[in-house]
Amino acid sequence: MSLVLLQQVISMAAAMLLLISFALLAQRRMLTVLHWFAIHGVVLAATTALVAYSSGDSELYISAAITLALKGMLLPWVLWKIILQMHVHREVEPLVNIPVTMLIAAALVLFSFQVAIPIEKLSHLLTRNTIAIATASVLLGMLMMITRRKAITQVVGFLAMENALFFAAIGATYGMPLVVELGVAFDVLIASIVFGLFFYHIRTTFESLDLEAMEERR
Amino acid sequence: MNLFMLLLAAPLVGAALLAVISHPLRAAWVNVLASGISFIASLGLAFRVLHQGRIFAFSDWFFLDAFNVFLVVLTAFVSTTTAIFSGPYMRHELAHGKVGAGRMRLYHAMYQLFVFGMFLGQTSNNLGIIWLLLEIATLATVLLVSLYRTPGSVAAAWKYLIICGVGISLALFGTAVLFFTTSEVLGHGNAALTWTRLYAVAGKLDPTVMSLAFVFLMVGYGTKVGLAPMHTWLPGAHAEGPTPVSAVLSGLLLNLALYALVRCKMLVDAATGTHFAGYLMMGFGLLSLMVAAFSLHRQQDIKRMFSFSYIEHMGLMTFTFGIGTPIANFAAMLHMTTHSLVKSGIFFTVGHAAQQMGTQAMSDIRGLIRHHPGIGWGLLIGTCAIAGFPPFGVFTSEFLIFSAALEQYPWTVALLLLGLLVAAAGLFRFVPNMAYGEVPDHARQVPANMLPVYVHLALALVLGISITGFLAGWYEQAAALIHGGGA
Repeated sequence: MSLVLLQQVISMAAAMLLLISFALLAQRRMLTVLHWFAIHGVVLAATTALVAYSSGDSELYISAAITLALKGMLLPWVLWKIILQMHVHREVEPLVNIPVTMLIAAALVLFSFQVAIPIEKLSHLLTRNTIAIATASVLLGMLMMITRRKAITQVVGFLAMENALFFAAIGATYGMPLVVELGVAFDVLIASIVFGLFFYHIRTTFESLDLEAMEERR
Repeated sequence: MNLFMLLLAAPLVGAALLAVISHPLRAAWVNVLASGISFIASLGLAFRVLHQGRIFAFSDWFFLDAFNVFLVVLTAFVSTTTAIFSGPYMRHELAHGKVGAGRMRLYHAMYQLFVFGMFLGQTSNNLGIIWLLLEIATLATVLLVSLYRTPGSVAAAWKYLIICGVGISLALFGTAVLFFTTSEVLGHGNAALTWTRLYAVAGKLDPTVMSLAFVFLMVGYGTKVGLAPMHTWLPGAHAEGPTPVSAVLSGLLLNLALYALVRCKMLVDAATGTHFAGYLMMGFGLLSLMVAAFSLHRQQDIKRMFSFSYIEHMGLMTFTFGIGTPIANFAAMLHMTTHSLVKSGIFFTVGHAAQQMGTQAMSDIRGLIRHHPGIGWGLLIGTCAIAGFPPFGVFTSEFLIFSAALEQYPWTVALLLLGLLVAAAGLFRFVPNMAYGEVPDHARQVPANMLPVYVHLALALVLGISITGFLAGWYEQAAALIHGGGA
C-alpha cells in the first residue's frame, strides 16, 4: 500500500472510533452500548495493527493482539455476563438528556482540535491527524462517566476512555515502550476484576446497581 | 546494591508469608518485622547516598538520590510504626467480628505488597513505571477501603475507584504527550521515559508540548494527591476504611503522587525555562488549602474532619513546591516529614478513640481524657502540633514556608495565613469537646497501644526544637537537586 493510502485508512479508522464514541453516548439500551463498546475495541485493535504495518514496529503487533483479546472480546463479554446475571435494568438512565449530551460532546470535539494544534504541528508521524480525535474520544468517555447513573455504564465510559488513551499514545508516538504498554494492559485487567468484585459488593449491600441508592445512604 | 535488594525483599517475603499465616498475633509480628527490616535497610541506603551521591540499581531501572531516599526512609519508618499500631487495633476488629480471619490475611498481605509497591515507585527511574505503581497501589487500597463491606465503605471505595481512576488515566495521557516530545530526542524506547536521561537533555524538549503534558499530569497526579477540586474522594476513603489504612494512605501513597508531580515539574521547568508549572502548582495548592480549611468546619465525622486537615496540608506542600526556590523546597520537604509524622500519629489516636467510644461521630465522643488519659492527651497534643503551635516541627516548617513565600510572592502570605487560621479554628472547634467533659455511657475499655503515637509526636517535637546538622545537610542537598533540575 502506498503511504498516502495508509494515512487515509488510518484517518478513517480514527474517524470511526470517534463516531463509535458518539454512538456509545447516544444509545439508550444497555446491551447495545456493550455491542458498540466491543466494536470500539475491535476497531482500536485494527487501527493498531495498521499503524504497526505502516511503521514496521513489531512491538505494536503485540499491543494490537492484546487489545483485540482484552478490549474487543474479554471485557465486553464479562460485562455482558454481569448484566445478564444481575438482571440489571435494560435502559440506560442518563442524568442529562441525550440531545443535550450530544451537543456538549460536539463542543468537546471542537475543543480537542484546538488543544491538539501544537502537537500536530511538531509531529512527523503518519498518524499525526489522529491526535485531536483521540483527545476528543478521551473527553467523550469522561462525559459518559459523568452523565450516567448506573455503575455499569460508568465502567463502560471508563474503559472507552482507556481505549481512547491507548489510541492517543499510538497516534502521537506509535505507542509507549512495550514495558509500559504491557503494564497498562495488565492494569486494565486488574481494574476490571476489581470492578467486577465491586458490582457484586454494591449489589449485595444496596440491592441495586443504581448509584443513587449509594448516594442516599451516605 | 545489597541494601537495596534487602529493602525490596523484606516486604515481598513478608507479603508471601503473611498470605499463609492465619494466627493473628504471629501475623502482626511478622508484619512489624518485615517493615522494621526495610526501615534499617533504608537508613543504610540513606547514608550511602549522602556520602557517595546518586546510586543506580539494575543498570538504570532504579536510582536513589537525596530526594527520593528521603521519601524511602519516611515510608519505611511510617510503615513500621503503623504495623506496630495495627497489631492490637486489628485484633480488636477481629474480636468484634468486623473482619474475618481470611480477610485479616488479605489485609496483612496487601499491607506489605502496598509497602513494596511504594518502595518500587519511589526508587523507579522510569516515568511509566511510577504511573503503573500508583495505579496498582490505588486498586490495592480500594479493596482495603471496602474491607468492612458496610454500605458506607462500599460507596466510598466506589467513589475512590472512579475518581482516582479517571485522574490517573489523565496522568497517563500526560505521560503519553510527554513521551511524544522526549521520544523525538531520545528515540522510541525506555530511555525516553528515564528520569536521569531526561534531565540531561531537558533543554532540547519542546516547551509547548511539555507545558501541555504538565497540565494533564497536574490534574492527574493532583487527583491522587487530593488537591481541590478533585479531592472529593479523599474524606470518604479515609473515614470508611480501617484506621491503619487511613494512616498509610495519607502518610505514604499520596506522598508518592506528590513526589511524581515534583519530579515532572523539575523536568518541565528545565524544558520551558519559565515558571509555568510552578504557578499551576501554587494555584491548585492555594485553592485546596482554602477549600479544605472552610470545609473542615462542616464535618461531623472525626476521621473526615482530619482528612480535610490532610487536604489542607497537601495543598500547602504543593504550593510550596510550586514556589520552587531552594528554601521553599527545603521547607516543603520538612513539612512533608513533620506532617506525615504528626498526621499518622493523629490517625492512630483517632482510631483508638473511635474504638473506645464505639463511634466516629464527633457529637458522641466525649471525655476522652477522663476515660483514657493517654488517648485524650494524645489527641489534644497532636491537634496542637498539626495546627502549627510551637514548639512542634510543623511550626518550624510552616514558618519556613512563610519566609519562602514572603521572599517571592508576598501577597500570598495573607491567603496562607487566613487558610491556616480558619483550619486551626475548625480543629479547635471540635477537639476540646471530645477531649474534655464527662465520659458518656456508651464508652468501653479497649486495650490501646499508644507507643507509636508518642514516638511520632516526640520526633515532631525534636524536629521543632532543633534540626541536626546531618538532617539539614541532607535536606539542603535534596532542595538544591529539585531546584537545579536533578542534574
